[in-house]
Amino acid sequence: MTINKQMITIKGTRDGLTLNIDDSCSFTVILEELDRVLSTEYIDEDAPMITVTIHLGNRYLHKEQEQALRDLIRSKHKLVVQAIESNVILKEDALRWKNENEMKVITKMVRSGQVIEVTGDVLLVGDINPGGKLIATGNIFILGSLRGVAHAGYHGNRQAVVAASYMQPMQLRIADHISRSPDYESVGVYMECGFIDEKEEKIVIDRLQILTQKRPELNGFERRILNG
Amino acid sequence: MGEAIVITSGKGGVGKTTTTANLGTALALNDKKVCLMDTDIGLRNLDVIMGLENRIIYDIIDVAQERCKLKQALIKDKRFDYLYLLPAAQTSDKTDLTPEAMVKMIVELKQEFDYILIDCPAGIEQGYKNAVAGADKAIVVTTPERSSVRDADRIIGLLEKEDLESPKLVINRIRNHMMKNGDMLDIDEIVQILSIELLGIIADDDEVIKASNHGEPVAFQPNTRASLAYRNISRRILGESVPLQSFEDDKSVLSKVKKFFGMRS
Repeated sequence: MTINKQMITIKGTRDGLTLNIDDSCSFTVILEELDRVLSTEYIDEDAPMITVTIHLGNRYLHKEQEQALRDLIRSKHKLVVQAIESNVILKEDALRWKNENEMKVITKMVRSGQVIEVTGDVLLVGDINPGGKLIATGNIFILGSLRGVAHAGYHGNRQAVVAASYMQPMQLRIADHISRSPDYESVGVYMECGFIDEKEEKIVIDRLQILTQKRPELNGFERRILNG
Repeated sequence: MGEAIVITSGKGGVGKTTTTANLGTALALNDKKVCLMDTDIGLRNLDVIMGLENRIIYDIIDVAQERCKLKQALIKDKRFDYLYLLPAAQTSDKTDLTPEAMVKMIVELKQEFDYILIDCPAGIEQGYKNAVAGADKAIVVTTPERSSVRDADRIIGLLEKEDLESPKLVINRIRNHMMKNGDMLDIDEIVQILSIELLGIIADDDEVIKASNHGEPVAFQPNTRASLAYRNISRRILGESVPLQSFEDDKSVLSKVKKFFGMRS
């Protein structure tokens, strides 16, 4: 079970080594083979660390397998794993990824005492009344009035934004930032959005059009796929 | 086959019981057979407002726990043959009544009556759950105050989860001059926030308190602002020839009445 076909091909590039691992043989064989191949390499003690990128092809690795692979390569001198790439992902990962990147459309009045939690971006067609709450891990767009609480980027995405046709929130939350309405009586504003201003380190509310400059990455779905 | 309408608000003191008594009276004035049901166990009031306190022998808990027949507990109004009251118990607890028992009673009452008006206690606990259990429709009462609008919103959210028709809104205790000055929430604003159908508005009228204290719902009186408002609402409930009047119409009626009394509008 050897030699007639190369299970591991090693390529040197400007960024370090690239290991192409054949995806049609068993994992234990890979480990043995890798151990053998890398051991035979001559190592110069003075040379800098070499980063390794691994291409798995159509092979999926469990966490433990991945760790075993990393440990093995790390145990060789001067080699450090930079990235492990695979053409395949778990179905559940794919679904989660889809969930996180999909725009969910909800048509509902969010009334006092109601809390809606959404993974990913959300388009709410309806109002959030005082005492109501909408939580999303992504962006929040409201086609209606925001009078309650909206929390975008719930898991810490500070790039998330909240946009509403009518903005009179009790609180606006983005990632770990909270801003609240002023203590004096205030009227709402139409067609505005809230986002975290990096310089001032706080949530600012501005007209919708400003998003084009502030958050260009909102544009287009393809872009988000590329960003993973 | 009648229909059961629950009158609720979430917040206390906005006029659920008064509205129940007056709508019942107004419906009875329209020759409908009406049963008022007080579900505020332990804090019954509806009998007082109707002036029927001294006639109570059995109450709703007695019926629920089958100590008496439903018909034995019903009290006929002293003014109408068509108006009945099923009083709450004053000594029991809200947990003595179950939603199942309520459904059973309401099914029985529906055979007999055109309308069953259920007076709901304040709050969103057991008492509320009992009151909405057998209802087909709901009327949410609110006043032009932030706190009561907030609670109404909460209640509407809860009602939407029940198997009911979309609830309708009654705005009670409107003081026209305060609303004009912007010291009170605007009717438009309230309707916009709650976004349910407006069934009627009722002016804040001293006559209501006076009449309640006499054990006689204000809707009996032919000419006060509040009684007109209650009668209008009852006609809307009946869905008779009157198309659902907007509150603008109500306002104009109000202003006419006011003019009549020479009040500043």
